[in-house]
Amino acid sequence: MPRQKTKILEVKGLQIILGREEIVKNVSFSVEAGEYLSIIGPSGSGKTTLIRALIGTLPYIGEISWSPDIVIGYVPQKLDIERNVPLSLEDFLESKNKGGSKKETQKYLRLVNLPKELLKNPLGSLSGGEFQRALVALALLGNTNVLLFDEPTAGVDQPNEEQIYETLHRLQDEKEITIITITHDIDIAQRYSDKVLSLSRHKTLFGKPKDVLKPENLADVYGHGHHEFFHHIHDNN
Amino acid sequence: MYTGMDTTNFSITYMITIDAYTISLAILTAVASGVVGSFALMRGMALAGDSLSHVALPGIGIALIYSFNPVLGAVTALVIGSFLIWKIERISTLKIDAVIGVLFAVSLAIGALLITEEHELIEALFGGFQEISAIEFIIGSVIAISVVAFILKRRRDLTLSLISRELAHTTGIDTGKLNLYFLLAFSFTVILGLKFLGVLLMGALIIIPAATARSIAQNLNHMLIISSSVAVISVLSGIVAAQVLSVPLGPVIIIIAGILFILSLFAKALKMVQ
Repeated sequence: MPRQKTKILEVKGLQIILGREEIVKNVSFSVEAGEYLSIIGPSGSGKTTLIRALIGTLPYIGEISWSPDIVIGYVPQKLDIERNVPLSLEDFLESKNKGGSKKETQKYLRLVNLPKELLKNPLGSLSGGEFQRALVALALLGNTNVLLFDEPTAGVDQPNEEQIYETLHRLQDEKEITIITITHDIDIAQRYSDKVLSLSRHKTLFGKPKDVLKPENLADVYGHGHHEFFHHIHDNN
Repeated sequence: MYTGMDTTNFSITYMITIDAYTISLAILTAVASGVVGSFALMRGMALAGDSLSHVALPGIGIALIYSFNPVLGAVTALVIGSFLIWKIERISTLKIDAVIGVLFAVSLAIGALLITEEHELIEALFGGFQEISAIEFIIGSVIAISVVAFILKRRRDLTLSLISRELAHTTGIDTGKLNLYFLLAFSFTVILGLKFLGVLLMGALIIIPAATARSIAQNLNHMLIISSSVAVISVLSGIVAAQVLSVPLGPVIIIIAGILFILSLFAKALKMVQ
């Protein structure tokens, strides 16, 4: 008998207004434990704003209910610091490893396939791909069971992008971690997601990838310039 | 610190009383400056941090007018300034350096208007109050140790909140309160150094050693140790140089810190060549 999945996030009638502008309009969706949700949509459709409301740093109207036993690991699109600050990878990871041992830090480093020899290296010396994986490790630290990513592969080249998503997918399988991620890559969203939330100014779609990522839906969301996305979808089909 | 001052022709004689209180408090102040400056610099408060110290000036001015301890006036002004900066930053979209920049300019203008005696203004700007009493030493030591203890105890939270405030928020850190505590730690460090350096130069003692450490440090521990060491070396050698050369203490300390900063740039350039 299949295991009953528990709903860990329920969003109903969410509205977010910044200044006088309604950024997110009447959005409803839910996420079950261990699911992989991709949030897609053109620039300015409110993806980052939605994530910020989910983590509680923006006021909103409507309902956001998290299951009480969740521990969120969040990776923002941009960090507040420059990479050349005198922080080693160890400083970076230990900032979230409160009271945890060095072994704990190393455990999470292994999970994202980074060698422990990198721990003493300054952040600025890590490659783009290594740094992104370090961010995943940072988000995972502290018994995280829900990962929220605001474009985890922004600024990372294609092979490293694949690796990051492979890592996320593996973590979802091995550790039953729930993943909620913003992505611009429709191919990635189709390949890994259990559910997709598509945001645009005039329409919100939520459901399984095969339903949400239909060419006519993408044309509706992205308007002109959506052809490249179609290729991905058709190639995969 | 300065025991003689001829105000009739504005020529100032700098006789520095070096005693155990002065030396000990100078060292503690330098260590506090080093650790606070490290985080201030990483938070992008280099210029803003330097300016924050100037907020003390109107408080000193009011204290001089109403004849109470100028340090008390400085404490009041800096605490109010810290709260103002914290509040304005929370409710407006301005960045902290813009907020401090405006507050600094207004403070300096008000202070210059309030302090009418030229020698008093010079003392307030560049240091030069009376020598340190036992009570001042005890209060100063408690403040310095508290500031250092706060930074070391909350170093992980401070690091995480400077990496990303939103990320820190998801781990349960109250980033608003932490920011306020940090601003207060910064302000109290400024107060510690007012007697040595005055409002114009104390901010520099917090920022220059940290900037020196940033050039050569590889990790946070290095940053904190190098920054504090540079501040201690600057202050102690400044005290010696000021006495030997009979020159004002504050400017000498900052010049030495500046020389160490330039040397660190050379060290960094040499390392890059290798």
